[in-house]
Amino acid sequence: MWMGLSYVCWGISVVLAAWMLYDWFKVDTTYSEETLTSSREGELEAVSEKHRI
Amino acid sequence: MTAAVETAQTTTIHGDRVSLLRVLGPAHVWALGVGIVLVGEFTGWNFSADKGGALAALIVCWVVGLLYTSVAMIDSEVTSTVAAAGGQYAQAKHIVGPLMAFNVALFLVFAYTMLEVSDAILLGDTIVAKAGVEGLTHNSFIAATIVVLAWLNYRGVLMTLNVNFVITAIAYVSIVILFFSVSPWTQGAVLKLNELVTPGNALPYGWIGVIAAFQFGIWYYLGIEGTTQAAEEVRSPARSLPYGTMAGMITLLIAAAMTWYVCASLMPWEYLGITYYPLWDAGKLTGSPLLENLLFIATLLAALASANGCINDAARAWFSLGRDRYLPSWFSAVHPKYRTPYRSILFLLPIALAFAFIADLNQAITFSILSGVLQYTFMSINIMMFRKKWPLGSIRRGYTHPFHPLPAIVLFCLCMVTFFAIFLGFGSQLIAMTVFYFLISLWFHFYRYKFVRRGDQFSMPWPKPQGY
Repeated sequence: MWMGLSYVCWGISVVLAAWMLYDWFKVDTTYSEETLTSSREGELEAVSEKHRI
Repeated sequence: MTAAVETAQTTTIHGDRVSLLRVLGPAHVWALGVGIVLVGEFTGWNFSADKGGALAALIVCWVVGLLYTSVAMIDSEVTSTVAAAGGQYAQAKHIVGPLMAFNVALFLVFAYTMLEVSDAILLGDTIVAKAGVEGLTHNSFIAATIVVLAWLNYRGVLMTLNVNFVITAIAYVSIVILFFSVSPWTQGAVLKLNELVTPGNALPYGWIGVIAAFQFGIWYYLGIEGTTQAAEEVRSPARSLPYGTMAGMITLLIAAAMTWYVCASLMPWEYLGITYYPLWDAGKLTGSPLLENLLFIATLLAALASANGCINDAARAWFSLGRDRYLPSWFSAVHPKYRTPYRSILFLLPIALAFAFIADLNQAITFSILSGVLQYTFMSINIMMFRKKWPLGSIRRGYTHPFHPLPAIVLFCLCMVTFFAIFLGFGSQLIAMTVFYFLISLWFHFYRYKFVRRGDQFSMPWPKPQGY
C-alpha cells in the first residue's frame, strides 16, 4: 500500500507541475508584460475604503 | 464565500492594473501565523531538552515566548501602519532604508523556504517511519508536499488559507485532546513528571545548558511574524493583522505549555531531546491506538500547514522585491485570474525541491532559525526608529503597542542570547550566513540599486519624518 501511495505522489506531483507550467505559458502568451507586472504597492490601500463586502 | 466573491469582483482590476486580492479576514491571518508555527510543537522544540534538560526546555518556552510576544506586539503596530505585501521588507524600506529592506526580504525568503524544506522532509520521514517498509524513501512524499501546496498557492490565497485554517485547527485540537486524555490534573496515573524531572536531572548542564537551549526554543514560535505577509490581501489590515497575530501568539503560548507538560511527563529528557516526534511518541506512550493515530495525522497536518504558509510568505517577499525592482521586475507579475504572485511561486518551487532532496533536516532548520533571528534583531531596531521618526499622533496607527521601548529592548537582548546559543551549536553556519549577507549587500549596493526607481518605492502617504 505504501509503495503504491509513493507512486501516486510522484504522479500527482508531475501532473500538477505540468499544469502549472502550461498555465504559466498560457498566461504569459495571452497578457502583455505591462499588464502582468502592473501591481503597485499602496494602491489597494487607497481603493479598499470603497469596497462593498 | 459570496462576500469573498463580491470582494474579488470589486477589487480585481482597477484601471488596467492587476493586483493582489483583498479577501482575507482575521481568521486567515491566524491560520497563516499559527499554521506556520504549530509544526514546532510536533518537532523541533524538544531538541532544547537535549541541550539543557527538561527544565531548560520549559524555561526557554517562557523566555522565548517573551521574545515572540515582543515580536508580535512590535510587528502588529508597524504592519497595521505599513500594510503592504512583503511585510517586514516593506517596513524596513519605509523606516530604515533600501539596503536594510533588501536584507530583510532575503531573511524572509530564506527563513520561510528553509522552513518549508524542513516541513516537507519531516512529513516524508514521518510517513516512512509509520510505514516501516523496506525500500520506501521520503522523496515522493516531499515532492508531493511541495508541488501540491505550490499549486494550491498558485490557484488563490483564499482557498490556500481556508485549507490552512482547517488543518491547523485539527492539529491544534489534537494537542488539546492529548492533554485532557492523560488526566493532567493528577500525577502518577499516566503522567510522571515528578519522577522524570527531579532536582538532580532538571538542569543536567547547568545554566549554560539553558542558554544553549535557546537555539531550539525558537521552534516553539518560529514564524508567527509571517502574518504580516498577508497585509496586502486582508480586507482591513489595521484591524485584522493585530487581532490575528495576537490571537495566534496566545494560542501558541497555550499549545507550547501543554506540549511541554505532557511530553516531559511521559518521556525522560535523554529521549525527549533526540526524538523527531515528541507528540506522536507521547500519543504512543499513552497506550491508546486512537491517540497514537490522531497524533500521527496531526504531525502530518501541522507540517502541511507550515509548508503551505511558508510558500505563501516566501513568494510574497520575493514578489515585493521584484515590484520595487530590487530584483528583476519579471518576478512582480500577478496572475490575472487567480491574483497570486505566480512567477515568484513557480521560481521558488524548484529551489525548495532541490534543498529538500539534498539538504539534511538539521542544516535546513538552522538556516531557517538564523534568518529568523536576524529578522527579529532588525525589528527591535526598526520599532525604535519608527517611534522616533513618526512619534505617536503624527500618523494613524491601527494598533499601538504598550510599554515602549521595553519590548524592543527585551527583544534585542534575547536575540543576542539566541545568537550566542546558535554560535555554540552551529558557529560555522552562523559565520557563513553572515558572510553571505555581507556579500549580497555589496552586490545590491554597487550593482542592483541603480535599477531601482527610487521615488516609486516609498508608497506610504506619511508626513516627513521628524528631524528631516
